[in-house]
Amino acid sequence: MQETINITINKKPVEVEKGTTVYQAARKININIPVLCYMELEDMGVKHNPGGCRVCVVEVEGVKNLMPSCVTKCWDGMNVKTNTARVLNARKTVVELILSDHPFDCLICAKNGTCDLQKMAQDLGIREIHYQGEQSTYREDTSPAIIREMDKCINCRRCETMCNDVQTVGALSGINRGFEAVVAPAFEQNLEHSPCTYCGQCVAVCPTGALTEVDHSNHVLRALADPQKTVVVQTAPAVRAALGEEFGMEAGTLVTGKMTRALRDLGFDYVFDTDFAADLTIMEEGTELLDRLNKHLNGDKNVKLPILTSCCPGWVSFFEHHFPELKDIPSTARSPQQMFGAVAKNYFAEKINKNRKDLVVVSIMPCVAKKYERSREEFANNGDSDVNYSITTRELSHLIKQANIDFNTLEDDDFDKPLGESTGAAVIFGTTGGVIEAATRTAYEIHTGKNLEKVDFEELRGMEGIRKASVDFDGQEIKIGIAHGLGNARKLLENIKQGKSEFHAIEIMACPGGCIGGGGQPLHHGDSSIIKARQKAIYQEDAGKKIRKSHENPFIKELYEEYLGKPGSEKSHDLLHTHYFDRKKRWIKK
Amino acid sequence: MSSVKVELHQKDVDKIKEIAKEYNNDPEALINVLHSTQDHFGYLPAEIQEIVAEETNVSIAKVYGVVTFYSFFTMTPKGRYPISICTGTACYVRGAETVLEEFKRQLGIEVGETSENGKYSINCLRCVGACGLAPVVMVGDKTYGRVSPDGVSDIIAEYEDAE
Repeated sequence: MQETINITINKKPVEVEKGTTVYQAARKININIPVLCYMELEDMGVKHNPGGCRVCVVEVEGVKNLMPSCVTKCWDGMNVKTNTARVLNARKTVVELILSDHPFDCLICAKNGTCDLQKMAQDLGIREIHYQGEQSTYREDTSPAIIREMDKCINCRRCETMCNDVQTVGALSGINRGFEAVVAPAFEQNLEHSPCTYCGQCVAVCPTGALTEVDHSNHVLRALADPQKTVVVQTAPAVRAALGEEFGMEAGTLVTGKMTRALRDLGFDYVFDTDFAADLTIMEEGTELLDRLNKHLNGDKNVKLPILTSCCPGWVSFFEHHFPELKDIPSTARSPQQMFGAVAKNYFAEKINKNRKDLVVVSIMPCVAKKYERSREEFANNGDSDVNYSITTRELSHLIKQANIDFNTLEDDDFDKPLGESTGAAVIFGTTGGVIEAATRTAYEIHTGKNLEKVDFEELRGMEGIRKASVDFDGQEIKIGIAHGLGNARKLLENIKQGKSEFHAIEIMACPGGCIGGGGQPLHHGDSSIIKARQKAIYQEDAGKKIRKSHENPFIKELYEEYLGKPGSEKSHDLLHTHYFDRKKRWIKK
Repeated sequence: MSSVKVELHQKDVDKIKEIAKEYNNDPEALINVLHSTQDHFGYLPAEIQEIVAEETNVSIAKVYGVVTFYSFFTMTPKGRYPISICTGTACYVRGAETVLEEFKRQLGIEVGETSENGKYSINCLRCVGACGLAPVVMVGDKTYGRVSPDGVSDIIAEYEDAE
């Protein structure tokens, strides 16, 4: 049995397990201690507590110095006070010192209103800064997806933990010391020249405006105002499960209907759904899976298994940078964003008699890596990208606010046809485990020729970083692996590299939780219950759908009949598949 | 931090691999590996850090982070006669700063830089354990105690005729 300890915080007694920190104990009895560098996503394997910022200091009876609550472990009989005059004074001093080396451009900062430092200054009632700081400046670094403005860095190092420990990407590290200390790629190169995958988890946890996404919302506004352009929008599944948070709704509130209404009010000519393309992905990827599986079962020794999903651009960049030797293992199917773009700019443009250059495709994504993905050369035709702009859930909320749309009172609306029709299988692409469950629903029926009685594969669901499950394909056992978070993906990839992988198929998502925890989502401020609530909402949307298997989407059938032929056809390959590159940096020429 | 571009030969690469192996390619031993590598090559240019990163299984960004954090590590080659001025507490209060300024003035280089002819470089140290001799200056392995700004030209003169 776990040993327990009794302590008192602000005269309230609390019993905790041995090893609990004062900060965690206080949270247990709803005593809020402010933190800046500390960050934890409970049950999701994300923890960062360097004890560096000293904002969380508390008074402990019998101890001379104030103690940082985020790293101080409780001891029996401990008597803690979290809000004495001495504590508040120390906190103010700490925050004032941080502010003395921080720009004062809050009003025009991208993080205005969502910045942890700003909130801290507000909560502490700071009206004056008694210290003259260095106001150190660094050059701004803009990449296709992420902007680094290190003047605003407070050296909390949360991004460093995400990039190195959670994602094992190793693009960012704390460098130099004193006022010159900053978080940067090796040799202070631009992010673009580092192994950065643009997963955006650094952006998702940055407490200030030091790391933000490249904002394309103004380009979208300009396109909407241009009478020559037909503007088409697609929305990713995870967006509808999180957008409401930006308008004060409880986490996990589904806003699919309000979102489509808002997009129409913003002036988009066609409001479509990335989910349609997710169904299409299942047709292509599922066919590829079955094809490889059948060859394998027929004794073909050259066939590459396991097959890996390829929907997530952060993950694609990860294996291109870190495991280029495995680049022929992932499915060649493009991501839903890119499949949508290709179908819109070819099939749909033809259908409405438009030149593809007059069609502007905008995607709303929970992701910052999608900004990079859309800019990849292979996804353009004569310089015209299949997806012209990709904006995050957060950017969409800004557009809605700018247009003074009263989001909360909007009537529900529906997506347009044909590219707005989707199934429950497509919706669950938004969470870890969803893509492989969707693929299983379709692959099972095609492989066995039988009707799937129960479409819910509970064994594939959950929040553990690495999960495995077996699915019975009518006597044939299919072994499935799931990883979310690139550090977890790395473990499965190392196994594949060593020939030890037991799986037939693996789903990988770069972000913890999958797209619901994406770098472009409303900020979770370290509260993992928000991500879990979004996951619940995704499964709720799936359960409420009339059609829950991708291959039963009538407009997918129509697309194949009218245009593509069948999954894996030459035309499908041309428009819906891709290839990968070795992007590993080598300094020593071999 | 600026760096010098170098072209590494296979034997240099092998040497770094050998050093890393001495420490079992352990990520925890990064600082030791960097120490030994700098001992051998005299400095740690980007190309060398890249190999150290690979051999110790630490990201190149982290390696660069460590190299830029500790003043002992340098990305520029030191001079043949590296001058180290102790600016630890004892030396500092006894005037190390003025001695340092005099070296910088006479040689026309800043801390962490190397003179154009490659002969001298200036670095600061934190306490060499000879506080009784403060302020202390080292040139290579040779130690000079109770140095005053007036004595700087005599120290430099000792090396002027040397290669």
